[in-house]
Amino acid sequence: MQIAVPRESRPGERLVAATPKTVGQLVKLGYDVAVEAGAGAAATFSDEAYVEAGASIVTKAQVWKGDVVAAVNTPTDAQLAKMKAGAVLVSMMMPAAHPELVETLAKKKVTGLALDAVPRISRAQALDVLSTMSNVAGYRAVIEAAESYGGMFTGQVTAAGKTAPAHVFVIGAGVAGLAAIGAAVSLGAEVRAFDVRPEVGEQIESMGAAFVQAEAAQQEVSSDGYAKALTEEQERLTAEMYAAESAKADVVITTALVRGTAPRTISAEMVANMKPGSVIVDLAASGGGNCELTEPGKKIVTDNGVTIIGYTDLTSRMPQHTSQLFGTNIVNVMKLLTPGKTDGEVVLNFDDEVVRGMTVAHGGESMWPPPPVKVSAAPAAAAPEVPTIDPAEKARLDAEAAAAKMRRRVVGAGIAAVLVVLAVTFSPPSFVTAFTVFALAVVVGFYVISGVSHSLHTPLMSQTNAISGIILVGALLQIGSTNVAVMALSIVAAAIASINIFGGFLVTYRMLSMFQKEV
Amino acid sequence: MLTQFVFGLYIVAGIMFILSLAGLSKPTTARMGTLTGMAGMVLALAATIVDSLYKSAHEPNRHSVGVTLALIVAVLAFGALVGTPIARKVEMTQMPELIAAFHSFVGMAAVLVGFNSFIVPEGEGGAVHLVEVALGVLIGAYTFTGSVVAYLKLSAKMKSAPLVLPGRNMLNLAGFGVFFALMIWLVALPHDQIGFGVVLIAGIALIGFLLGFHMVAAIGGGDMPVVVSMLNSYSGWAAAAAGFMLGNALLIITGSLVGSSGAILSYIMCRAMNRSFISVILGGFGAEGGTVVAGDGEQGEHREIDAASTAELLLAAKSVIITPGYGMAVAKAQYPVADLTSKLRAHGVKVRFGVHPVAGRLPGHMNVLLAEAKVPYDIVLEMDEINDDFDDTDVVLVIGANDTVNPAALDDPGSPIAGMPVLEVWKAKQVIVFKRSMATGYAGVQNPLFFKENTSMLFGDAKTMVEAILAQLPVGVS
Repeated sequence: MQIAVPRESRPGERLVAATPKTVGQLVKLGYDVAVEAGAGAAATFSDEAYVEAGASIVTKAQVWKGDVVAAVNTPTDAQLAKMKAGAVLVSMMMPAAHPELVETLAKKKVTGLALDAVPRISRAQALDVLSTMSNVAGYRAVIEAAESYGGMFTGQVTAAGKTAPAHVFVIGAGVAGLAAIGAAVSLGAEVRAFDVRPEVGEQIESMGAAFVQAEAAQQEVSSDGYAKALTEEQERLTAEMYAAESAKADVVITTALVRGTAPRTISAEMVANMKPGSVIVDLAASGGGNCELTEPGKKIVTDNGVTIIGYTDLTSRMPQHTSQLFGTNIVNVMKLLTPGKTDGEVVLNFDDEVVRGMTVAHGGESMWPPPPVKVSAAPAAAAPEVPTIDPAEKARLDAEAAAAKMRRRVVGAGIAAVLVVLAVTFSPPSFVTAFTVFALAVVVGFYVISGVSHSLHTPLMSQTNAISGIILVGALLQIGSTNVAVMALSIVAAAIASINIFGGFLVTYRMLSMFQKEV
Repeated sequence: MLTQFVFGLYIVAGIMFILSLAGLSKPTTARMGTLTGMAGMVLALAATIVDSLYKSAHEPNRHSVGVTLALIVAVLAFGALVGTPIARKVEMTQMPELIAAFHSFVGMAAVLVGFNSFIVPEGEGGAVHLVEVALGVLIGAYTFTGSVVAYLKLSAKMKSAPLVLPGRNMLNLAGFGVFFALMIWLVALPHDQIGFGVVLIAGIALIGFLLGFHMVAAIGGGDMPVVVSMLNSYSGWAAAAAGFMLGNALLIITGSLVGSSGAILSYIMCRAMNRSFISVILGGFGAEGGTVVAGDGEQGEHREIDAASTAELLLAAKSVIITPGYGMAVAKAQYPVADLTSKLRAHGVKVRFGVHPVAGRLPGHMNVLLAEAKVPYDIVLEMDEINDDFDDTDVVLVIGANDTVNPAALDDPGSPIAGMPVLEVWKAKQVIVFKRSMATGYAGVQNPLFFKENTSMLFGDAKTMVEAILAQLPVGVS
């Protein structure tokens, strides 16, 4: 089958759904790949590079005739009209916001696979373009902020005095938020971040930012991987925290998008209280913006000198890597749809919840919305409340337990000592001498070994094994006996024990010769 | 005079053995340690030979000095001829089997010495001596079959799954009961009935053989490191028991030194695996491992990666930790791993090794293999030293390890390995697991690590895969 990659028609769009590298991977899956002339030009991929990777170059008219059309954005109605019945369209579609598109696809008998409707389960991460786009957008948001901010992100101490590091506040620690945190931290900024889901605190800290705790503002652990809306009381407390944090920050990056709509997080009043020269980057601009003053698609400067960036094309501003990641998502979709691995035939298995979840239309039927998916990533029910124990009480219990253990030990040692004394009292003198030696040697063995390093356990064992070949001494003393049975047994015992001695010492030495410190 | 002289040499030899073991606790002094041990052994044997020849010259019922000397030279030559080539040729991956086999020799020798000591007692004999003989033969016999079973399991000549007989503990208890009965019978036997006494001792040896077989067979293959260490301890006690029956101070010193050091080593290992020391001694330990059904469907899916992408990840990383396991030993991958390490280090990547205390089939097994491949020992770290560093690590290569990197040990109280400290590899940014298939590890437990989002599986023979990664490194990296 043929996979066709059109040139994106949306004005300003610089992305492309396949790069020469991903074309190679698609070809390996057994597909013929056709790329529209100039499709990758804006992302610096030349037609020649595509041809080299195994694609053929086709015209604008031909490209929509492909068996599978892979695009970044939803095609226009005019483009859809050119598609074959029974073909497969893979692109972002926003099916919830565009029910009419689903209708059109169904009418055309085109199978629509919405890349932005992939269920958010671990298994589907490799084909989740939303993660890809968010990641890039988060990174780019920091770059845009750095460009507009009149200072350095990292603090410096120079001969000409010192500069403070930029304070960056990130709202929402989804993929975009975490990417923004990572980028800002690596530029040297002091980053603080907030998310309504308490369980991401650890992720925030792992990226190098401080997790801002807002009292009672954090909500329950989410069950489907998305954040939920807040209650009124929580909202008030959160707003107070946003106001305090944004007033301190040089850069605020907002990433709160709940299913395509942007909750208001930064009000006009908060912006008015921010420092002149500070920057807000609103990643939710496409959904209307988290900041009250955001103008989607534009960069504005308020009266008090705060720059508000509402670009909606952040991913397009890094076309090379975004296209590569997006293209890989598409390759992963095609891997899922190609059970034959190399035969280049698409098979739609609707029992697979990932395939079912992203299919919006098939065979003339609307398939949207899909049945809800059981989320494997959902955390298990919270652990039952542990009864709280007063620390003092706990310390007392611990001390008691330790004391009881100590008492048991003393009693045990006492009984053992009495038994030893009794046994020795009623033994012949020769045994007493032997027993003295025995008892002392046991204690010495115990202390000698306690400090051994793990790495030497094997040589140590091999050495003690060689030493225990000392049993040879016993056999050698008996070997001169004229009793034939005794002599025979001694010879056998001495022979095997001496194998042990020679072999054991040599192999230990060989092993230890290998241990060497770096020169 | 001569007796005192021999005794003096014995004391010096005994002290040299103590210094030898003490030297082995640090890598810098370890070689000196073995040499001290060898010297001690030479001294001890020289003293013994002098003693034995003196006895032949002065005591009744002994061959002449010449015959005794010839026999001694012959057996030592035999030992040297057999032992030396084994020590020269053995693969480092087979150390566990070799040590187990050597233990069995000590056990058998102790049994034979016990018989002799009964037939021709040194000194006055009596009840104490008979008890010593009985105990020495029992421990020796136990060590012998136990070590043989351990050897067979380690060299995969016997199934490693634990043998679980019904009423296992009762059987063992009954075995000890019969032993005590035979021992009392032996003590009560009139002194002239040597023939029947030998039969009784043979009975005791048989009980020891059966107990040794049964207890070690009941231990799962994954827990062999502890078992080998326990058998090491038993072989020491067997030698000490022989010392008691012969009234030989050197045997007592050396035997109890080995016995107690083996015991404490096993104890250290039990703690590392969060196992009860008592349950190891009693055997039947590791039994739960075999009963767990692998892969219960809820695990999710794993991601695969190829050698080329792994090489890319490694070159881009700042910090890499390699956690080897028994699989590396099986595949003999230590040489390419060492090669990979030095190339990455030359490229400026910080490479370290994290070794779990029970990785491999013998404590410290991995360290020996890595040392063999000339990995400097100061970048090979123990679990406790490295566990906190996984957070800051870009890539972790898990080579042939499974249970020792299983997060279920910490997360899942129902898991058979629950509570065992493990290498927390999943905290790193990216984990690459080298594995032949999705099969479970030695403990038979499924590993949730494989299904984590930051884990990729690199399927194939560990050696082949590491070599494939090496081939992918650019030529400039050398």
